[in-house]
Amino acid sequence: MQPPVILAPGARNKQYWSDLWRYRGLLGFLAWRDVAVRYKQTAMGVLWALIRPVITLAAMWFIGWLFGSTVPAGVPRILLVAAATMPWQLFASVFDGVANSMVGNSNLVTKVYFPRLVLPLSTVVVSLIDMAISLAVLVVLMALYRYLPGPEVLLLPVFLALAVLAALGTGLYMAALNVKYRDFRYVVPIVVQFGLYVTPVAFGSADVYNNPSIPAALKFLYSCNPMVSVIDGFRFSLFGHEMPVHWPGFVVSLAVSLLLLLLGIRYFRRTEKGFADII
Amino acid sequence: MGAPIIVAQGLGKKFTLGAKREPYTALREVIGRKARALLSPGGKAKAGNEFWALKDLDFSINEGDRVGIIGRNGAGKSTLLKVISRIIDPTEGRAEIRGRLASLLEVGTGFHPELSGRENIFLNGSILGMSRAEITARFDEIVAFSEVERFLDTPVKRYSSGMYVRLAFAVAAHLEPEILVVDEVLAVGDAEFQRKCIGKMKEVSSGGRTVLFVSHNMAAIQNLCNTAMYLRHGKLVVQGNTPAVVAEYLRATDAGPSSDLAARMDRQGNGAVRFTDFTLGTPDGGELAAAQTGSAVVFRFDFQPGPGPVNNLHLAMGIDDVYGQRILHLSNETTGQVFARAQESTRISILVPRCPLLPGTYGFTLFSTVNGEVADYIFNAGTFHVESGDFFGTGRLPAGDQGAFTTEHSFILS
Ligand SMILES: Nc1ncnc2c1ncn2[C@@H]1O[C@H](COP(=O)(O)OP(=O)(O)OP(=O)(O)O)[C@@H](O)[C@H]1O
Ligand SMILES: [Mg+2]
Repeated sequence: MQPPVILAPGARNKQYWSDLWRYRGLLGFLAWRDVAVRYKQTAMGVLWALIRPVITLAAMWFIGWLFGSTVPAGVPRILLVAAATMPWQLFASVFDGVANSMVGNSNLVTKVYFPRLVLPLSTVVVSLIDMAISLAVLVVLMALYRYLPGPEVLLLPVFLALAVLAALGTGLYMAALNVKYRDFRYVVPIVVQFGLYVTPVAFGSADVYNNPSIPAALKFLYSCNPMVSVIDGFRFSLFGHEMPVHWPGFVVSLAVSLLLLLLGIRYFRRTEKGFADII
Repeated sequence: MGAPIIVAQGLGKKFTLGAKREPYTALREVIGRKARALLSPGGKAKAGNEFWALKDLDFSINEGDRVGIIGRNGAGKSTLLKVISRIIDPTEGRAEIRGRLASLLEVGTGFHPELSGRENIFLNGSILGMSRAEITARFDEIVAFSEVERFLDTPVKRYSSGMYVRLAFAVAAHLEPEILVVDEVLAVGDAEFQRKCIGKMKEVSSGGRTVLFVSHNMAAIQNLCNTAMYLRHGKLVVQGNTPAVVAEYLRATDAGPSSDLAARMDRQGNGAVRFTDFTLGTPDGGELAAAQTGSAVVFRFDFQPGPGPVNNLHLAMGIDDVYGQRILHLSNETTGQVFARAQESTRISILVPRCPLLPGTYGFTLFSTVNGEVADYIFNAGTFHVESGDFFGTGRLPAGDQGAFTTEHSFILS
């Protein structure tokens, strides 16, 4: 028999994490529901997972070309942009999915118990599936340009995981705030839209770090963006030493991303007990 | 029977009122409030109206008990189930749950209209806490119980509401937790299916499982539960064996027709009309505190028309006995008197020339449509009393335990 559950104001649920593991089946079913419904409701189904990244890719390629951002010799610009668009899309979709996961499932939140983290995590799974589909674009492009990545490509999953962590932390914060103040649903698209321009998608981190006219403080601010390390790493794993990683910046950005994750989980865990009262 | 499986001490739950309709806050309000507090120092930002939905509950439930929870609307029954199910956190006190618990607070939680019946069985099962293996093992039983085999691969949005309820209950009925918590889900579905569900619940609980069951249907409570709890305004009035608790509950239902329909939030419909008041009257316009068996009574419903035109106004009043069993249905559709135009009106009166109801307390549900669309629907809208009267001109009426109403009749010897 499982140990008794104690209900009391602010009682710490010692089984939370083991509960989360027990509810992994629900997590899978919820992710499957979201995917199944999408493919039932939309005529083009899988195509939608491709159209967004392709359009973003085209726009970012154009901007990069217009402003003449640096491209290392031997790497086509389109590949460079594609290598950033994919993780950025992953970030955007995880962030958006997680941020809306509580409000979008309020009927479940008020009617059954489960560790609330199941909901945001199930949207992460959906985003990862979309990502896998859009990765095909990258593969096709690389084939077209007959570009074969080196052994660094094995690091790719690590950087994908980092993109998810970066989005998860901030997304959990948003999800919890969204329950209390519906205003935050408008914040999410703003962050996603603005973020695209301060993240090295159309350009490369070298354009920032090697530009003498950018003050050091701004450079530091730039490196605080968690997606900078992810995209730098992504390009590194695809293009190897053509795209060396700026390590000090990488460490700052990684630290910020882990800090956000910790804070996000903490805030979510602290507030989740009140969700059903107010959602 | 067994050892205590749920123990509560001083359990209480506080809600912030006025927050009922839009519980979440707009950031603008918070900022506004802070700003006002800054501008008028000393004038403290007004705190929300607090209100205890549950207060000082002490009880203990033993393993294998089938506990009926009864009380008027808003007594805190659902809130209690939610606290026990860990959906909401208690504000004070403490409770201990010693077993795996599954709760069924609504029929078909998490059903997705686009998914097929088959897919929803898996989704809903896993939401209720079943593992994939458990669902697969019981899949055939669930389908057989639901009687919707032929539509298994149809999206549930194409189901009739009856089929939907059957499927949803079928999944829930095959849960096998140690403690099952059920809130008023039997109110839906046809009588035949309700019987089947009660049978299933009995079967479940005879297997030694603990069941907590909320219902307004006293017959179902008495049929199913060996002990009961009566909640009133969030406090536990009595806990004990079912007949005694039910009797206490029935005795305590207070006098006078309940009338404040305007304040009801738990209504459905598009608001083309909204009922605001319910009173009893005489045909010549006088007031009545209670109806009388055999005398004329007018059920008067005041309403406010919404902004749109009020055409084809239809009103039905479903009258229930104290056990929650529907015993009469008065509708201007059956009498052929749907009001084609009701724009300038504010009251519908239902005249019953000789009230057939026997003395007692009755509840009613209101349902109205305008132009075929549900305009206002209030479940358990209120209660009224009937006092004894001289129906037959003999000064006699059937005894109180001989049914809920009488009718004109005569005896012939041949
Ligand atoms: N999240 C909430 N925020 C504020 N008030 C709430 C909330 N949930 C319930 N209440 C209030 O708590 C009181 C008890 O509600 P509850 O749903 O437990 O009643 P109930 O006994 O189940 O009634 P019914 O028989 O109508 O189902 C009601 O006055 C209700 O308005
Ligand atoms: Mg209730």
